[in-house]
Amino acid sequence: MAKTREFGGIKLTEVEKHVWEIPKSGNMNVPARIFASEKLLERIEGDKTIEQAKNVACMPGIYKAAMTMPDAHQGYGFPIGGVAALDAKDGAISPGGVGYDINCGVRMLLTNLTKDEVEPVKVKLIEQIFKEVPSGLGSEGKIRVDDKTLKEVLKKGSRWAVENGYGWPEDLERTESNGEIKEADPETISKEAMKRGRPQLGSLGAGNHFLEIQVVDKIFDKKIAKEWGIEKEGQVTVMIHCGSRGLGHQTCSDFLRRMEHEYADIIKTLPDRELVYAPANSQTAKDYFGAMSASANYAWVNRQMIMHWVRGAFEKVFGKSAKDLGMHLVYDVAHNMAKLEEHEIDGKKRKVYVHRKGATRAFPAGHPELPKIYQKTGQPVIIPGSMGTASYLLVGTEKGFRETFGSTAHGAGRVMSRHEAMRQFRGEQVKADLEKKGIYVRSASWKGIAEEAPGVYKDIDEVVKVSHEVGIGNLVVRVVPIGVVKG
Amino acid sequence: MKYKFLPHTADAKFQAYGKTAEEAFANAAEAMTSVMVDVSKIEAKVKKKISVSSESKEALLYDFLEQFLILLDSDQFILREVTKIKISKGKTYKLEAEAVGDKFSYDKYETMTMVKAVTYNDMFIKEEKDKVTVQVVVDV
Repeated sequence: MAKTREFGGIKLTEVEKHVWEIPKSGNMNVPARIFASEKLLERIEGDKTIEQAKNVACMPGIYKAAMTMPDAHQGYGFPIGGVAALDAKDGAISPGGVGYDINCGVRMLLTNLTKDEVEPVKVKLIEQIFKEVPSGLGSEGKIRVDDKTLKEVLKKGSRWAVENGYGWPEDLERTESNGEIKEADPETISKEAMKRGRPQLGSLGAGNHFLEIQVVDKIFDKKIAKEWGIEKEGQVTVMIHCGSRGLGHQTCSDFLRRMEHEYADIIKTLPDRELVYAPANSQTAKDYFGAMSASANYAWVNRQMIMHWVRGAFEKVFGKSAKDLGMHLVYDVAHNMAKLEEHEIDGKKRKVYVHRKGATRAFPAGHPELPKIYQKTGQPVIIPGSMGTASYLLVGTEKGFRETFGSTAHGAGRVMSRHEAMRQFRGEQVKADLEKKGIYVRSASWKGIAEEAPGVYKDIDEVVKVSHEVGIGNLVVRVVPIGVVKG
Repeated sequence: MKYKFLPHTADAKFQAYGKTAEEAFANAAEAMTSVMVDVSKIEAKVKKKISVSSESKEALLYDFLEQFLILLDSDQFILREVTKIKISKGKTYKLEAEAVGDKFSYDKYETMTMVKAVTYNDMFIKEEKDKVTVQVVVDV
């Protein structure tokens, strides 16, 4: 007998270990599928994650199932950690299925340094990075771009960055979509979004965004790790987590408002107004995809510039070139995006908008979209933990490609409100506790540290364990932080 | 009471109050800013004019609050308080306001977190006799 659970009148049946299904009912076009252990299920008991997954299953042109990844929690309209593939001709595209922080994502870069070499200069290094990389509330970048240049950034993405001296040519193929979505249309970005984005290019921002110096702490798959340049435990890596800043937030907002205006009749049929979408064949859908892609390109330039300054900080502190320090990019993944992809569905190849909202693309070995260097291994999938906890590198799998449109989790997922966090933790105390664990933290704000205290997040170890056991993203490497710049 | 916060796991949810919609809207702007900084510590050094028009009252509240996010990102303007506010209804709803605040700087102000966007999630505007309540969730 299959295990069942009941959440607020919704019955879940375990169809496979860690995979729970809610069969089609009412207006659902497909079932909903929840990828979670029983322990992770308990964490979403009482919030709206499951109800929201059911709502997503009602979207037009949705294939297979509305899915939630192991780190899922309640969002607006779509749950965070949600994956939905909608037909690119007869389906739809929805800004709510992407989220406000378009192409929020994460990249990891290598060094050939060991923990012992970095530990003595760690504080200096973090302080140098803090100086080089603008961070915090409303943080302004170090460079000023005019509208013409900003439009070039929006069109060309990471290619613009490399052409202008931010990074190396090899960085491009080590970035999802080469850091440049060709459908990007800068003309669809509003004046307000341009205004917000202009001063912020090349800045980390605030909230849950961070930059970490990490140490490889455990290698699960030696062969793949080696292919990716991770040779041994104790090797130092760097992780950068941020997104498209005010430009992306405003773009999401602009299109939610526009669709709400244009599709009042659609909203009436929806279980939740924040699921509002544009039919795939409409001009609005085309414009949104162009604007979302432009915002995504901005985010890639942002991370590319930040990485360039991080390389510079290492160069300064170690007196060696970044090339000599082996500071190659492993990969850069987006975890708030809708991508136009081809998937085989019921034996037929179809073009779909795969919405990943708080979910990471995880393509298997041999996928044509992967660069040559990862054809044999599959795609590196970077799962950042919260400040002070482990982060992981996983690898995309064949099974994931079949079952979740090549997607897995994106992080830890919050369990405690910011307000509660402020009540329970004090910034100074959190900093002192982290320092006791050997993690040096630098932030423009103490209070901000309390809001992102490790205790407010779900157990990242459990999240990746479930991904691995289901086989939608397999464990390769675990890293732990030794220094953090918190945005 | 000008406003109060309600429990929300990932983001910030608040209700703001006023005798009129104008007062409740102004307090909502303060509430949203208080997610990021201690509003009472912000100096009133810079003046900004705000003008928005929208198709409904809810949309007006959304657009009004969003103006402060745009001002923060583009001009580093952080709100102290809304000093003048007038809502009128013609073909659309129109809002004219004046606000005072300061140019944000880490040397002067401590921050909590950043508000990314206003949302329609659980938004309502309840107008009773002499009491208006607005509820907003902001994405952080």
